[in-house]
Amino acid sequence: MDATVTTQNVSGATVPVPMPMPASKVAARGVNVHYGAKHALKSVDIDIRENQVTAFIGPSGCGKSTFLRCINRMNDTIASCRVTGDLRLDGQDIYDRSVDVVQLRARVGMVFQKANPFPKSIFENVAYGPKIHGLATKRSEFEEIVEKSLRGAGLWEEVKDRLDDPGTGLSGGQQQRLCIARAIAVSPEVILMDEPCSALDPIATAHVEELIDGLKSDYTIVIVTHNMQQAARVSQRTAFFHLGTLVEEDDTAKIFTNPRDERTQGYITGRYG
Amino acid sequence: MANEHIVKSYDEELKRLTNLLARMGGLVESQIATAIQAVVQRDAELAATVVSVDVKVDDLEREIDDQVLRVMALRQPVAGDLRLVLGALRIGADLERAADYAKNVAKRASVLAQVPPLRPVHSIPRMGAMVREMLKDVLDAFAAQDLVKAVSVWNRDEELDEMYSSLFRELLTYMMEDPRNISGSTHLLFIAKNIERIGDHTTNIAETIHFLVKGVPLREARPKGDASSFAVVTADAKKA
Repeated sequence: MDATVTTQNVSGATVPVPMPMPASKVAARGVNVHYGAKHALKSVDIDIRENQVTAFIGPSGCGKSTFLRCINRMNDTIASCRVTGDLRLDGQDIYDRSVDVVQLRARVGMVFQKANPFPKSIFENVAYGPKIHGLATKRSEFEEIVEKSLRGAGLWEEVKDRLDDPGTGLSGGQQQRLCIARAIAVSPEVILMDEPCSALDPIATAHVEELIDGLKSDYTIVIVTHNMQQAARVSQRTAFFHLGTLVEEDDTAKIFTNPRDERTQGYITGRYG
Repeated sequence: MANEHIVKSYDEELKRLTNLLARMGGLVESQIATAIQAVVQRDAELAATVVSVDVKVDDLEREIDDQVLRVMALRQPVAGDLRLVLGALRIGADLERAADYAKNVAKRASVLAQVPPLRPVHSIPRMGAMVREMLKDVLDAFAAQDLVKAVSVWNRDEELDEMYSSLFRELLTYMMEDPRNISGSTHLLFIAKNIERIGDHTTNIAETIHFLVKGVPLREARPKGDASSFAVVTADAKKA
């Protein structure tokens, strides 16, 4: 299918559809998810732009986390879950038989709601991913990756003198940044964040938000959040999900000043949810 | 936005804001009416009441500012709510300016009462009635979020501008006829200009309503009827 996609402009002339700018890193077309008989996600079309932060918002059970988990095939672990449609990373079908899920998850990292460091040292937490993916062999190489990742996660200065202390001994906000360091240690292209700040206080949240803002120049970030102000603060694009449908996706500033859909307006202004 | 917020007190705070604006709008309407009446009836006492009541308008504007600040700080409004709150801030400022012009009209009314009556003064109640009607309609449009009404006010300003232009020309010839008319005519001209400016603030409010309802500015260039900025009357033209 290589025919040029065209559309009609207002005067009826046929014109080529302009290429989406900037390039989309993840593209979904008609993605559906069923959990057994439950239709959790209904024909989602979206282009997630490279080196931008895209926020998914919507009431609980709207499908936003379900869709997030499709992107690195975390849903594979749920037996009753069935994903159909076309979901691509850099044009490559994520659900193709030939895709190695471990490799996919190295390219598409994830940070969860609750910080979940391994019960190991701070150093080991960060070095674990590069070790299993064979990204380094020598001690000095690991040290380099660990420092770079911890710096990237804005944690280096706070932990550099106690890298052998257990990761679980850090504060909640530090643990979450450690998890981010762990995610970026394997040089992913996309980082998925599922409610990364919901267990953090406002100061720790601000540190993570500042970090997200800095990370977007190197990574494509998708964040699920219940905190709409957070979506407004950190993202460039916002997608609103409701009852399994992607209702609206647009520039964040547009969504929060003049959304197109009544349902988006209702949700973000606190009229239902 | 017909449906209510989940948090009821949020609705109450927005309601308080719109109520304050309605009260302020009503007060400004009556200030304009009284000022015009003072011009027509050459009543310096009535004019003085307009000047003293203006403080109440200023107080209401401050209350609106406080309420806007409060809602922004405590509710972090977005989308339609944000536009409403910003709109209220702007409408409050426009109403305050309109009231200042009414006050200026009243001040000049007391001066005019001391000079012999001038014929062109008959235009003032007509302009006054027109601008009051526009203000009333724009306030109704705000209360009902009625775009059609707001745009109709916006379009009517052209007619007000034309009235001002024609009064301007009339007064120029009047002043040339007899220099003794200059003092009164100048005051009358300023009165007319003040009324014309109230019309401009009314159209600003119409534009704000458009923005808060639709989320986009009223883009079309507004028709302009005020040509007085370019008007010249020469001695030759008068003879012709």
